[in-house]
Amino acid sequence: MAAHLAPVSTERDLRLDLFRGIALWLIFLGHIPSNTVSWITIRNYGFSDATEIFVFISGYSAAFVYGRAMQNAGFVVAAARVLKRAWQIYVAHVFLFAIYLAEIAYVSRNFDNPLYTEEMGVLDFMKNPDVTILQALMLKFKPVNMDVLPLYIVLLLWFAPILWLLLRSPTLALLVSAAIYAVMWLFNLNLPSYPSGGWVFNPFAWQLLFVLGAWCALGGAQRLTRWLNSPVLIGFAVLYLVFAFLIAMTWYIPRLAVYVPAFVGEAIYPIDKTNLDVLRILHFLSLAVITVYFVPRDWPGLKHPAFWPAIVCGQHSLEIFCLGVFLSFAGHFVFTEVSNQVVTHFIVSFAGIAIMVGTAALLSWYKRVERQGPRPPAKQPGFAEGDVR
Amino acid sequence: MKRILLLVVMTVLAGAQGALPLAAKPVECRVPGFQVDRIFALPLVMRAIEAKRLSILVVGNGSSQLPGPTGNNVSYPVRLQAALAKKLPGVEVTVATEIQPRRTSIEAVKVMPKALAVTKPTLVVWQTGTVDAMQSTDPDQFSRALDKGINIARSAGADMIFVNAQYSPRTESMIALGIYAENMRWAAMQHEVPLFDRFRLMQLWSDVGTFDLYSATKKLDMAVAVHDCIGQLLADLVIEAARTPSGR
Repeated sequence: MAAHLAPVSTERDLRLDLFRGIALWLIFLGHIPSNTVSWITIRNYGFSDATEIFVFISGYSAAFVYGRAMQNAGFVVAAARVLKRAWQIYVAHVFLFAIYLAEIAYVSRNFDNPLYTEEMGVLDFMKNPDVTILQALMLKFKPVNMDVLPLYIVLLLWFAPILWLLLRSPTLALLVSAAIYAVMWLFNLNLPSYPSGGWVFNPFAWQLLFVLGAWCALGGAQRLTRWLNSPVLIGFAVLYLVFAFLIAMTWYIPRLAVYVPAFVGEAIYPIDKTNLDVLRILHFLSLAVITVYFVPRDWPGLKHPAFWPAIVCGQHSLEIFCLGVFLSFAGHFVFTEVSNQVVTHFIVSFAGIAIMVGTAALLSWYKRVERQGPRPPAKQPGFAEGDVR
Repeated sequence: MKRILLLVVMTVLAGAQGALPLAAKPVECRVPGFQVDRIFALPLVMRAIEAKRLSILVVGNGSSQLPGPTGNNVSYPVRLQAALAKKLPGVEVTVATEIQPRRTSIEAVKVMPKALAVTKPTLVVWQTGTVDAMQSTDPDQFSRALDKGINIARSAGADMIFVNAQYSPRTESMIALGIYAENMRWAAMQHEVPLFDRFRLMQLWSDVGTFDLYSATKKLDMAVAVHDCIGQLLADLVIEAARTPSGR
């Protein structure tokens, strides 16, 4: 246990924190409806988006933390800690849901416009809070943009056994994960949602990226080193990113769509986010390959102060993710109640990121203080480490 | 005293202007860059215009109507009829409606055959997407319903136009329209159905300042003006698509 509780600055891969931090910012920006600034988010330039980055890195860090715990303290202790983490995330999700309810209640009391009679029906669930809240507690009713944490909970719930397998036979574990993904596509598996349909992020699909992240953390990435530096692979990744970029342009300039040959359109559409389309996985992997190539683990620039804001956010991912969801509600509220000018979009976006960075810095400070507190560090409860270490 | 008189005159004038009929209102509905989607041909509509008889059926949900006793006289299906009649002199244009709030596409497809049999339209305007997003209909089932609806219309001898969801900034954080809008666009492309991108249009209006779609009001004024504009622009699309050479 002591090994992973000690600060592991030499081992810590700052790239994970950096890119997770950036993903958290992009998720925040993308979750404010009609936000002009969300034009910078990667989803506009290709098939995948910040969710892939977030899920992959979460799998990577979960394996890093709990893999060590499993080797040092055994399956039961590690599994118990994973479940505890899942519970924390569940509590965070319910907390966010409470804030969402407050927002909905406000809108339903204050908004009236005969143009939107139909749309206002979405507020009807306030009439049956008993049903809605129960469905939300069962993770079946999930408001817009509140789908990531439930996915994370489910992924952690079955993480202990897959981690056990990953530690014994990484390849087999990866094959099991891929098989689940394939079976999901064959039989249209998904968890049910309320009032109808399935989960926006199908856990049977997204587990593949989570497990792939875990596999990389447990030595898979090292095994791939030779491949990752091959110019052929880099070339393919670049080509694929260019292809995705060109296709993405046709979404914004639909008249360009006529230049997309019919068979290409038939082959690629619809690009399914719910079931994590293969095109999305490939896009994420291409981005990852190029990033790993240009930003090596020991790149001194990672210590540059310019990257610190994103890194510190990435180091407190759960808290900052939740804060981001809350801030995106608040940002939308500002747009509707105060001003919808483009300049407001910029102010809200930058203020939101500043609040995220400030909060993350505060959390880091808190952690340091707690460690130096009256109790010796070794007795600190493990979960306080978060899933990032 | 003079000043007060002037004020009174101005107020009266302003009031008179407000009371003018809709068509005289200087709302500029047309925004540059609105119709970005490819306009597919409506060959049956073309023939119907040549035969001087165009009958249209609007299949839709709550956003195809307006509330209140006068609502149905000012909603976009009626404005569409008026705009088409004006633009196509000598052509007898009729618009029937099959509108039901809170009906998903899957349910709409079930009533389509009967509605088509009764009204025998040459063009079906299908407004959908919002309710499916609100009820989180399975996106695959949604797509299948779209395919089915197009086939039903075509086999009953009618062309089709899609109208997608409204842009509703206040409820935007509560209704995830994304995948439904995408699937509609994709179905439109595949089946060569013109898409009236109401969402984009209203978003442009909001950006340009044509309408303040954030405003909270019980009054019908803005809603009526919005529907009038939608009716006019929809009429433009119908005519342009009818004139487009058919590849089908």
